[in-house]
Amino acid sequence: MAKTDDINTSTNPRYQRYRPERYSPRMSIFWWVHKKPFVKFIVRELTSLFVAAYAVLLIFQVRALSQGAEAWEALVAWFSTPFSIGLHVIIFLFVVFHAITWFNLAPTAMVLRIGKKRIPGGVIITINFLMWIALSLAIATLILAR
Amino acid sequence: METTITLEVQRYLPEKDTEPYFQEYKVPLRKKWVVLDALNYIKDNIDGTLSYRWSCRMGVCGSCGMMVNDKPVLTCATFLEECLPGPIRVAPLSYFDVIRDLVVNTDGFMDKLKRVKPWLITDQVKPVPEGEYRQTPEQKAEYDQYSMCINCMLCYAACPVAGLEPEFVGPAAIALAQRYNYDSRDEGRKQRNEELLGEGGIYSCTLVGECSEVCPKAVDPAGAIQRYKVSGAAEWWKSVVVPWGDT
Ligand code: SF4
Ligand code: FES
Repeated sequence: MAKTDDINTSTNPRYQRYRPERYSPRMSIFWWVHKKPFVKFIVRELTSLFVAAYAVLLIFQVRALSQGAEAWEALVAWFSTPFSIGLHVIIFLFVVFHAITWFNLAPTAMVLRIGKKRIPGGVIITINFLMWIALSLAIATLILAR
Repeated sequence: METTITLEVQRYLPEKDTEPYFQEYKVPLRKKWVVLDALNYIKDNIDGTLSYRWSCRMGVCGSCGMMVNDKPVLTCATFLEECLPGPIRVAPLSYFDVIRDLVVNTDGFMDKLKRVKPWLITDQVKPVPEGEYRQTPEQKAEYDQYSMCINCMLCYAACPVAGLEPEFVGPAAIALAQRYNYDSRDEGRKQRNEELLGEGGIYSCTLVGECSEVCPKAVDPAGAIQRYKVSGAAEWWKSVVVPWGDT
């Protein structure tokens, strides 16, 4: 909590006496705990770490692939441990939360029109979700139908 | 006897206080009273030293914005009955410097508005005899929403980024930039980009989204900023792919 002292350097004593000293509120690092929307925002931001974790796992897979069959087998073995499966489930849940919250925000960034009419936000969100499901299914069939 | 409601009003008198504090006042709870009526009642009948801003009393001038129960609102548009059972906490807009009681310093905000060059910019000014710059209703609709801003600064009091990063030009100023960027008569986007694609510009926004929630005029500044990010990124890509082109 501090006061700013940056204004009114007038030497006129009348103004000196009543010189307004402003009060500058300071923000605590826990500014976000008091309000629900802020907590939700922070959680959404933190889920990016889990998205990054997925990316790191993918990089490990690519590396193992480039190192040959042995390295790949070792990685697959590690992936099958209960620890790794648990980790994947947790990451998956956070990534889903991340995706859903971001898809719900899509209409704020997109103003699309058909003729003169603006496409309502709900439609944009629905299209996003449908595309997400369709792409996920396509990739899943690609992988599972070996 | 008339029922009353308690207001806890934040006071700060720079000539004697070093920290703000809350003072309680009991005011009549009347059906048609807004928070601003209660403040006026206090000033007229209980404590004439209380300072706050207001003017139109009808949600137009944008000067009566305050935190009511920790939410930035226009006090002339917030009924006492919405805040039952009380007490109602009234404080100056968050993140702004306080000059006195509920009066905040708006200098920084005014400078930010200027930074985005909120006027029609044309490459060549058309001579008057050539007539006016025409616009169809559809073209007007493109920016109409962004022109509704009343500069109440509620969106700044709702935006933690504006609080943490005083350099951030902020929601209303970016919406104002878009009001001109989307105007068919304007050619100033490039100049505004210089101000807004850099430090303290649109990319400081982390999309908390609260600015649009609190805006009393449905300006949707959060939307204005995200649209700017999309077009800013598109222009950047274009400049990479076609460096010789005019973006
Ligand atoms: S954008 Fe809305 S909340 Fe922000 S200053 Fe303008 S009217 Fe007020
Ligand atoms: S007094 Fe003008 S907006 Fe409230």
